[in-house]
Amino acid sequence: MYDGGKIIVGLIACLAFFLSPFIYDAGTAAKAPKPVLTEKAKEAGECVNSTPYMKAWHMHLLDTWRHTVVRNDERYYSPRREARMARLDKNLFDQWRHFVSDGARRYVPKEDKVYYKSLQETCLDCHSNKSKFCDECHNYMGVTPYCWDCHIQPEEKK
Amino acid sequence: MNFIVSILISLIAVSILVLIPWIGVGALDLRIIFGVVVPYAALLTFIAGIVVRVLDWARSPVPFRIPTTAGQQWSFPWVKHSRIDNPKGTVGVVVRMIFEVLLFRSLFRNTRLEYRRTEGGPKLDYEWEKWLWLAALVFHYSFLVIFLRHFRFFMEPIPGFVHLLESLDGFMQTGVLPLTGLGVPGVYLTDMLLMLAVTYLFVRRIYVPQTRYISLPQDYFPLFLILALGTSGILMRYFIRVDITAVKELVLGLIKFGPSTESLQGIGVIFYIHLFLISVLIAYFPFSKLMHFMGVFLSPTRNLSNNSRFVRHINPWNYPVKYHTYEEYEDEFRELMVEAGLPVEKQPQPSAEE
Repeated sequence: MYDGGKIIVGLIACLAFFLSPFIYDAGTAAKAPKPVLTEKAKEAGECVNSTPYMKAWHMHLLDTWRHTVVRNDERYYSPRREARMARLDKNLFDQWRHFVSDGARRYVPKEDKVYYKSLQETCLDCHSNKSKFCDECHNYMGVTPYCWDCHIQPEEKK
Repeated sequence: MNFIVSILISLIAVSILVLIPWIGVGALDLRIIFGVVVPYAALLTFIAGIVVRVLDWARSPVPFRIPTTAGQQWSFPWVKHSRIDNPKGTVGVVVRMIFEVLLFRSLFRNTRLEYRRTEGGPKLDYEWEKWLWLAALVFHYSFLVIFLRHFRFFMEPIPGFVHLLESLDGFMQTGVLPLTGLGVPGVYLTDMLLMLAVTYLFVRRIYVPQTRYISLPQDYFPLFLILALGTSGILMRYFIRVDITAVKELVLGLIKFGPSTESLQGIGVIFYIHLFLISVLIAYFPFSKLMHFMGVFLSPTRNLSNNSRFVRHINPWNYPVKYHTYEEYEDEFRELMVEAGLPVEKQPQPSAEE
């Protein structure tokens, strides 16, 4: 073998690069953090949308809220109305999207409630435990949402 | 092969590869197969395939120096020589390889032959051709950045370089399309650049007649596969979102050899399509032209120094040649030669009897 030593060192270095997560992760926990619900949230029983939808789409929902509030002055969110409109094929794109990402289909809440579109006053009213409800997963996924650049972080009671 | 047939074959192959997990998970709910078995099998194939392929290359003998001499060789002190393009020793070779691997210098030197008619008559031109180099560079670096960005799914805690890459890559801080509902998450430049570059590489392949003529299904297939992979990733990030916490839990579980079946349930089909495509890509790697990512390091026209003029290289499989020198020949036939009147170098010894 010509330059066998060099080739084998290079091969090992290359494989070490590809297998580095296997070495790096040894000894750490694989379990994803579970968001903790406050008493108030548990009592309410349901959110503005289904859990699978909220898991994947909450950022999108907040962005749409922000946009519709700031640009269109639409300040109230009614899940039932949204669901009805979606069924009426109001937004084909939305329909398709919910169809393809299974587990995040349109959701009809038990209670016909109207929500005020506000991160601080509606979302954080129930989910007042930001460190346990938001931050753990965000840190786990390495995302740094810019919510708190403008919004005031809720004070947490210990 | 007709290029349309080649394109069709690859296109059908990639479509089938998209349909397999779509039906497998979407209709038949075979999550363990597509979420656990296939990725492991693909990774094993990838690793074993690379090792076998590289050791096979390493075993082939390279007795002689065959570097491309793209510059003046080192000779006399007053002749200026090209240290990188005609390297004399290890340093030159290392610099040349760095340029080759990181900056694709060979592609940069690419020219296009052009036949032109001028007033004086026909003229041959070597046209400056940098688009291939540019697209290749954009494609490879985008791919690298995207791969490294994915380490946020592979590693816990997430290392700092991933955050750095994400913030640099997403510095535009805009959504993927200027439409309500597509304002988040922030778009990554490399996502778009990769798709553009692969599309360019594909269009170039069918646009230039010479490359079209030499293109085979195995040239189109990786391009389509990477396009499908990129499309599924872009769809998953911007349009059809999945629960990425569950994705990370699954991936970390795979890495720690104990995937949780619980996390398999909560993930959308688009993720399984993405995972299946990358599994196919890495499993296909060792058997395809994609092995150039290791081959570039082992190309003897780049990684050898041009020292044939001052270092002797002996072919190791030279068999021992039987000599019969002129001296031995004369010793054997001296008497006869003298008798025949032929000149000899050594006069025969007069025997003592005469």
